[in-house]
Amino acid sequence: MKALLVLAARSAWNRRFVLGLVVLSIALSTLLLLGIERLRQDVRQNFQQAVSGTDLIVGPRTGPVELLLYAVFRIGNASNSIRYSSVEMLARHRAVAWVVPLSLGDSHRGFTVVGTSTGYFEHFRYGDRQPLVLAQGQRFDGVFDAVIGAEVAAALGYRLGQAIVLAHGDGAMQANDHADKPFTVVGILAPTGTPVDRSVHISLQGMQAIHLDWAAGVPLPGQTVSAAQAAAADLTPHTVTAALVGLKSRAAVFAVQRDVAAFRDEPLLAILPGVALDQLWEVVALGERGLQAMSALVAVVSLTALVAVIAAGLNERRRELAILRAVGAGPRQMLLLLALEGALVTGLGVLVGAAACWGAVALLAPWVQSKVGIALHLQMPGSAEWRWIAALLAGGLLASLVPGWRAYRLSLVDGLSPRI
Amino acid sequence: MTAPAATALALHQLRYRWPGADADILQIDTLTLALGETVFLRGPSGCGKSTLLSLAAGVLLPGAGTVRLLGQDWAALGAGARDRLRADHLGYIFQQFNLLPYLSVIDNVRLPLRFSRRRAARAAAVGSDAAEQLLARTGLQSSLWRQPASALSVGQQQRVAAARALIGAPEVVIADEPTSALDEDLREAFMALLLQSCTAAGSALLFVSHDLRLASRFDRVISLPDINRALQPTAGAPQ
Repeated sequence: MKALLVLAARSAWNRRFVLGLVVLSIALSTLLLLGIERLRQDVRQNFQQAVSGTDLIVGPRTGPVELLLYAVFRIGNASNSIRYSSVEMLARHRAVAWVVPLSLGDSHRGFTVVGTSTGYFEHFRYGDRQPLVLAQGQRFDGVFDAVIGAEVAAALGYRLGQAIVLAHGDGAMQANDHADKPFTVVGILAPTGTPVDRSVHISLQGMQAIHLDWAAGVPLPGQTVSAAQAAAADLTPHTVTAALVGLKSRAAVFAVQRDVAAFRDEPLLAILPGVALDQLWEVVALGERGLQAMSALVAVVSLTALVAVIAAGLNERRRELAILRAVGAGPRQMLLLLALEGALVTGLGVLVGAAACWGAVALLAPWVQSKVGIALHLQMPGSAEWRWIAALLAGGLLASLVPGWRAYRLSLVDGLSPRI
Repeated sequence: MTAPAATALALHQLRYRWPGADADILQIDTLTLALGETVFLRGPSGCGKSTLLSLAAGVLLPGAGTVRLLGQDWAALGAGARDRLRADHLGYIFQQFNLLPYLSVIDNVRLPLRFSRRRAARAAAVGSDAAEQLLARTGLQSSLWRQPASALSVGQQQRVAAARALIGAPEVVIADEPTSALDEDLREAFMALLLQSCTAAGSALLFVSHDLRLASRFDRVISLPDINRALQPTAGAPQ
């Protein structure tokens, strides 16, 4: 066995260029499979960490996933809003400890603007119940104060005191800018790895102020309210998009959820973030499985290339088989020799691919974090990764049996006189 | 495994026909090779020489009759046991392309030791490195010993092949037209090396060639067409 392993390695080294290409191909498949697995796990973890410590999210009656998407992930648009009075009523519910209203719909250079109360900084938690921390400055106090997330500050190069103009909607039309009422950055949050990093936070009053002279999503013609006038006006919001709710006791969560659903003044929906996250994940999992299936197919293609290359080289090696037969190697050892070669190539490919995946995560993690906001974790392969690695190795070994079997047949037929 | 025998190789009432062929290619009543004997087997191409050697080496099994190596009938052994018997007691030299190109010269010589514990033990018993001793006898400069086998000329490769066939002193060495690719000077050097080495190792040599000029160096000369009744007009093969 050891003799054969040495021979297989030497023989493979002799054809290192072609086999090197196969190693590369298997390495790329491994990189793809392990990379997608790593990404999948980290994306899931990032999703799970986006909100914690919030017992219920209350919003208009839409789907739970939709509500979660815009209230937590700032993805998509709220199709409806809820009355601020409903939020106030909810806050007076005996089981409710705190309520943080969220008002969405505006943006600043592609980053979501969140109108909220200062309770947001006290009660919002992410990851493992970590609170938001200000890296610089303070919470908003004045009507036109803004607190920006770490990524907003980094991407736009903002510092404290920076004046910013918010845009109505997604900012696609310049006419929709709230240029007459600029905001001032008073605080910058420390990075969280959640959508908070990509948000601009202002007070509900600020949100109300920039929309005083607006109706139905457009500025009212001939009616302008200056920033000073707006600040002096009654800025109690009429509507908000959603509200985060914390309870005095988690045990009451289903009772409160029922109460919200039965709310008489308007139709409301209360969701448990964890449950909605799971539902969201079921949707994402479909695409995830598609990706995995594609990378598995790529791996199959690589292993087919392995079979093709080794089997194609076999004809030129019939002389080699005859020499080995003459010194006492049997057909079964020929099979083993070829299978070992395939196993070596596969093993090397998987090793290179796994190392490349590790290196790619190490190199690209900061970039991915800043561009996509997903924290990739450099860690030892987990059970899922080991399963992929084992599957690749087993696949490579099985595939190597094909040229192995051909070598077995050839050495039986050829004996000591190969017909070349 | 094998009983002590005066003969190294013995063929008896042998018949062989290729699968699918309608006539025998070999019909040999008897052919024996004593221990230490050198035999020149002569015959033109196509008279079944290579087939005979494959039968002698236990790679092919006869349709009828027996082939015994050191008294052991090849046909009585399983495939694995035949491979072991060949590894332990037989050295083989091809016409050309004897060496594995990816091994060094000396590793090519040592190749049989990887497959036979018996020959490895006998090679170790020689004292110093058996492969180096054999290579020294080939006249190959020692600077070439660790070079890849592909770096050698054809004549050098055949000499290395002889060293490989003889490492661990197998009882029988079979050479299949090993000089056909060599010019006269190289042929002389090779023959001298092969016969000396066989004598030194005490190995019987079955040497196949159509080059009669070499025959005088051998203990015995056998003409394959003379002993192969399959090729004679009186043979029962349908015409």
